[in-house]
Amino acid sequence: MASVSQTQAANTPNPARWLVVVVPYLWLLLFFAAPFLIIFKISLSDTAIAMPPYTPVFPGFGAIRDYISELDFENYLFLTEDPLYIKAYLSSLRIAVISTFLLLLIGYPMALAMARAPSSLRPTLVMLVILPFWTSFLIRVYAWIGILKPDGLLTLLLQTTGLLDPNEQIQIFRTDIAVFIGIVYSYLPFMVLPLYSALEKMDNTLLEAGSDLGCPPWKAFWKITFPLSLPGVIAGSMICFIPITGEFVIPDLLGGADTLMIGKTLWTEFFGNRDWPLASAVAVVLLIMLVVPIAIFQNQQKKVV
Amino acid sequence: MAKSLGPVKRKFSPWTDPSAVPFIRFENITKRFGDFTAVDNLTLDIYEREFFSLLGPSGCGKTTLMRMLAGFEEPTEGRILLQGKDISGVPPYRRPTNMMFQSYALFPHMTVEKNIAFGLEQDNLPKGEIAARIQEMLKLVKLESFARRKPNQLSGGQRQRVALARSLAKRPKVLLLDEPLGALDKKLREETQFELMDIQTNLGLTFLIVTHDQEEAMTVSDRIAVMDRGVIMQVATPAEIYEAPNSRYVADFIGDINILEGTVSTTESALGAPGAVRIDCDGVAVAVEQECQAVKGDKVAFAIRPEKVRISPDQPADTSFNAVYGEVWDIGYLGDFSVFLVKMADGRIVRAAQANVSRLVDRPITFGDMVWLTWPLDAGLVLTR
Repeated sequence: MASVSQTQAANTPNPARWLVVVVPYLWLLLFFAAPFLIIFKISLSDTAIAMPPYTPVFPGFGAIRDYISELDFENYLFLTEDPLYIKAYLSSLRIAVISTFLLLLIGYPMALAMARAPSSLRPTLVMLVILPFWTSFLIRVYAWIGILKPDGLLTLLLQTTGLLDPNEQIQIFRTDIAVFIGIVYSYLPFMVLPLYSALEKMDNTLLEAGSDLGCPPWKAFWKITFPLSLPGVIAGSMICFIPITGEFVIPDLLGGADTLMIGKTLWTEFFGNRDWPLASAVAVVLLIMLVVPIAIFQNQQKKVV
Repeated sequence: MAKSLGPVKRKFSPWTDPSAVPFIRFENITKRFGDFTAVDNLTLDIYEREFFSLLGPSGCGKTTLMRMLAGFEEPTEGRILLQGKDISGVPPYRRPTNMMFQSYALFPHMTVEKNIAFGLEQDNLPKGEIAARIQEMLKLVKLESFARRKPNQLSGGQRQRVALARSLAKRPKVLLLDEPLGALDKKLREETQFELMDIQTNLGLTFLIVTHDQEEAMTVSDRIAVMDRGVIMQVATPAEIYEAPNSRYVADFIGDINILEGTVSTTESALGAPGAVRIDCDGVAVAVEQECQAVKGDKVAFAIRPEKVRISPDQPADTSFNAVYGEVWDIGYLGDFSVFLVKMADGRIVRAAQANVSRLVDRPITFGDMVWLTWPLDAGLVLTR
């Protein structure tokens, strides 16, 4: 199918069709490739007390050789020397892996229940999943502070229901637990929707066929439903895992001083230390780290199609 | 009530043996979905090794009946006995029935091999036996070289074979086939019908097939149950269904038939034959040699298949009964047969089919010709329902 349309496109040079292809590439060039190259260049520079706070600044074409000779990879070397960065990367990955797993654990049953709901009810359920987007993400994370803080709603609820001694308080605000709660809450729709779309497409007679052939429902889930929903599982996991790794707002607002995440480190380097070259190096490494899972994802998608 | 159709030649006819124990028994089955009654107080016996068809238009309850046997639906009332045991409440995965689904329902993420093995693996059979059974099934449906393919790499006919192999792999006591050949083209369908019959005979299984295609039901079945709105209209062999339908509904549903509504004018043997009736069909006098319960004045229908009506331009000797005069209004040329639509003076149309036994491009009877339609006393039948 794809090869047919490609050969057709090649045989009939149509300017309009050409434009359709070029526009997204131009967009990518302008808003992805160009900024990336700028960041990459900064990451090879040195810090300077100046405006902009780095040298060398592009000096004109005559000095291009001098200019290039001043660029080096020392910022990248520094990333390996100070254990802070490696710790931050690993901590980010750990938080992203655990969060993605929790999201799957909570999102899958939700998506399954939605897909099995009466078809008249499904649009409403999808709406309810999307509903939180009508309020700003930042406000929703702030709201969690009100819930999780020691004298917050959660403590109050547990005290009034008698589950918690009135003199005690729930101490999860500014811990990793609060970060996980915030992340799982914020990213749940991104996990549920791809899972739902994969599960909803599934033909129910496949489960009947499984049952008919002697497979009880609980076994049929692992033999039929889950394998067939794998594209959704992969899509949802990637869509969540990648931004969670670089997440800054949630750990900053809900996490404690010891919640180490690369997004926070990046922010500190840029705005706290004003070390743009090092911050750029952190960003470039993060990007490369995330390109690997994207590549795996793309590869998987191709296999499925 | 039906006139004798001569001695039954087939050896297999357990339903005529009063001592035979039915293999499957639907006992006063009713199934309701909300206000809708899909199956209405239905009782039906199916015997071991029988090729049984449930035939009816969509929505007649035939699929619901089959799904109740498979265990996907529970009857609202009544019970289903399999080999004398009540199987109500037994989940589908514990029933000794297997089903071939209308959509085939092949597992898209598994190869042909894995699809066939699926049911066997549920039974925890030893690996060697599973492998042997897969080979046996692949050979049976002639798909040996496609074992490693995924369903989406197969043609419709091949998928249908995989579905058949998968449902046969567990050697079910009863194989249920839900419109199994619906998605195939005519030629492949006919081929597969005969293959199905072979497989059924060779493996000695009981087949229950659901179909709306009367030709398919006629070809493959030992017996057919014609259903309408949740009830069975008639259960009989294909020949009986065709030659001696018990109602207007069955007569009309199976094949082509002329139906003339009328009133019984006399039940006496005016023609000397025992049990003959005369019917007045709005001016057309009909005599039928058939014992029936109808008495004088009853509203009945006279039904006759087009191929049993003779067409001729010449006036017959006796036109007092079983003779219709009219104009050839349309001709359907079917190659092997031509169907003549003859319009009577009052506008009613009677169809007569004639085998095209000689190679002629111009037929002696053509549009606008005035013709006589006649039929013998035993060609038609009286329908009281």
